[in-house]
Amino acid sequence: MEITDAQIEFKDFNFYYGKFHALKNINFKMARHKCTAFIGPSGCGKSTLLRTINRMYDLYPEQRADGQLLFDGRNLLGSDIDVSVLRARIGMVFQKPTPFPMSIYDNIAFGVKLHEKLSSSEMDNRVEWALRKAALWDEVKDKLKQSGMSLSGGQQQRLCIARGIAVKPEVILLDEPTSALDPISTARIEELIDELKEEFTIVIVTHNMQQAARISDYTAYMYLGEMVEFGVTDELFVKPKKKETEDYITGRFG
Amino acid sequence: MQTTGFKSSASMKFGDRLFGTLAKSFAWLTLILLAGIILALVYASWPSLQAFGIGFLFSDAWNPPMEDFGGLIPIYGTLVTSVIALLIAVPVSFGIALFLTEMAPAWLRRPLGTAIELLAAIPSIVYGMWGLLVFAPIFAKYIQPGLQSSIGHVPVIGKLFAGAPLGIGLLAAGIILAIMIIPYIASVMRDVFEVTPPMLKESAYGVGCTTWEVMWGVVLPYTKTGVIGGVMLGLGRALGETMAVTFVIGNTNFLDSASLFAPGNSITSALANEFAEADPGLHTAALMELGLILFVITLVVLVVSKLLLNRLAKGEGTKG
Amino acid sequence: MNLLARRKLTNRVALTLSLSAMAFGLFWLAWILWTVLELGISGLSLTLFTEMTPPPGADVGGLANAIAGSLIMVVLATLLGTPIGILAGVYLAEYGRNHWLGSTTRFINDLLLSAPSIVIGLFVYAVVVAQTGKFSAWSGVLALALIVLPVVVRTTENMLQLIPNTLREAAFALGAPKSVVISKVTLRAARAGVLTGVLLAVARIAGETAPLLFTALSNQFWSLNLNEPMANLPVTIFKFAMSPFTNWQELAWAGVFLITMGVLVLNIIARVFLRAEKVN
Repeated sequence: MEITDAQIEFKDFNFYYGKFHALKNINFKMARHKCTAFIGPSGCGKSTLLRTINRMYDLYPEQRADGQLLFDGRNLLGSDIDVSVLRARIGMVFQKPTPFPMSIYDNIAFGVKLHEKLSSSEMDNRVEWALRKAALWDEVKDKLKQSGMSLSGGQQQRLCIARGIAVKPEVILLDEPTSALDPISTARIEELIDELKEEFTIVIVTHNMQQAARISDYTAYMYLGEMVEFGVTDELFVKPKKKETEDYITGRFG
Repeated sequence: MQTTGFKSSASMKFGDRLFGTLAKSFAWLTLILLAGIILALVYASWPSLQAFGIGFLFSDAWNPPMEDFGGLIPIYGTLVTSVIALLIAVPVSFGIALFLTEMAPAWLRRPLGTAIELLAAIPSIVYGMWGLLVFAPIFAKYIQPGLQSSIGHVPVIGKLFAGAPLGIGLLAAGIILAIMIIPYIASVMRDVFEVTPPMLKESAYGVGCTTWEVMWGVVLPYTKTGVIGGVMLGLGRALGETMAVTFVIGNTNFLDSASLFAPGNSITSALANEFAEADPGLHTAALMELGLILFVITLVVLVVSKLLLNRLAKGEGTKG
Repeated sequence: MNLLARRKLTNRVALTLSLSAMAFGLFWLAWILWTVLELGISGLSLTLFTEMTPPPGADVGGLANAIAGSLIMVVLATLLGTPIGILAGVYLAEYGRNHWLGSTTRFINDLLLSAPSIVIGLFVYAVVVAQTGKFSAWSGVLALALIVLPVVVRTTENMLQLIPNTLREAAFALGAPKSVVISKVTLRAARAGVLTGVLLAVARIAGETAPLLFTALSNQFWSLNLNEPMANLPVTIFKFAMSPFTNWQELAWAGVFLITMGVLVLNIIARVFLRAEKVN
């Protein structure tokens, strides 16, 4: 398994919550325009790992990282990186839908306005484009002025995906995006992720192994802050190399 | 995404820093305000502090033409009216809080709680004017004679109720203050009673305790720091209240009996009545010193109250 | 069985006392409101809003200058105190949560919240009136603004703390700088609560008398000059109610009626508003 076109690469990467050593010596690459899934029991560090990629941890003074996190060869941990621009290039969607207290239209336009100056017709087009990408356009095109909070849970989550896409990032990070949704909404989001791979590099954290097996190209199994195994999804699920991975995916543990 | 680098515009960064600095400086402003108030009061009362020293606290003189001032009578008035207010307000507030948390049917709790909170919202000038024009005449006609004919004959205590029933005076001011602070104390007590873990109460009910035994034996001990904090908060209000007292205390600087029926003066009523017309110089400085004394006393009371309430909030556990 | 009977009796007595305490509290509320309504409504008339405050002995007159003065000073004090209070509250909730400046300011602000308002009046007298040598509406506005400030700081902080952290993270994840996250997302999500706090602050200063006694003083005439003493309802009520003239006392009751109704209506609006927003 050799990843030739790596967009993101972790090298000797460590992460700390205060004194607690949360991620230990992480080394792996993520392929461009593929979907990589992080799985593992709760507390294993999979969400922490995801949140380092857009430097979300910068918000909390007691959290820090060392080693290298390369994005197209640039180390993202450096102090010369402006996280605001970094986050425009690497979008994120959270576990629970987080619509902002404003209209559907303004939700989508919010991120775009931060990074680009568009005319109002260009903005209209961008909003429509993002909502179509997120498969939400047909449901909301007549009520763009309504509050984003008025949508159903599944619609809200697709709104958040559209909001992230609208900025035209290169990578989209998904932190258990379906764990708060019903099965039908979950299926729609999974379909969506499959389409988004065409244009974006996707990284998803999930506690649902079937989901990882269904949608990802590569899977990383994490346990107690370490990356136990990383590989092509089909191989990892069918023929895991490590005993711990096998125990977890066959349900003997976790 | 147009950019391929990692640099954002300088103007955006500047705006962000400006916002943060502005917020921080206004936090500083709030912080400095307290120090500023103390410094300004010390500065303005300096002539009086120098002229009378510590003796100001124990002198009952108040003679503007002779420029001889002492704070004893207003300080006494402030303390006595506040103590009377607490004696009445604390048990009543406890009863109200008990009623609102344990007794009232669920549908009544919110409207009754709101009614009590509205009592706290009424401006104090309304209490004062009502006290002077409505309450005091009734008080003088019916209640004061009643008190005199009953406990007025008891030795020692009887002295507190001697003299002409004028209506206005220390006792009337204390009662009006009590009505004013009941809602404050009652709302804090209700709030702290509500933090008692239901498990604790249920286990007490489970072994057969009556409602009263649960309140007195379980809830009150569990929340006592918060209850005392609430009482101190009420005391802070009572000490610093101006209008409700000024209308009914009688505003006189002569005090020659222990009677609570006698008119008197409090720090706030002395300020309200005299300050705007006081001569610049020692008279103004002496009034400023009264204000400084009031501020220091209330700050001590409020600090104690805050610390007790914070302790309860911490003891409450993982929240926050 | 004797013991049980006694415990039950104690319980019954205690609960009866508790019920009477509740009745006692409501009794005063009802009595005061009734008086204000009865005496206040009878004093209401159109001239209240068109005539100036009368000199002693005159038998006509209104409160026009006092009502206008109160409105002007309350509005200006709110405009002055609210933005400062909101930003200081933002600092406490969004910047200084784990910083000594945050916790110290929070503590000091709580002290200011309950500090005697008359002391605020003395402070403004010492730093403004004594320095400029005259009473003025501006100094009254400043004193009222200093009372608005801690109320708004406190509610802004409390309301921002109720906003789930995920909402902040979601805005940061789009690359928004902190000032944008706060102004466009968290403050916006907390706006109902913050507005409620402002309404309650307005209700509080509308009836404040003590801080105006040594700052704005009062004015018998119509004056919109902020550099001069300005008439206002609370100080006028104070003066008129303490007077022996029945005409003045009637006007004082009418003024008390206006203030009480204003304050109660503001309080009820604030509550209804906050509840409606919570349900949403």
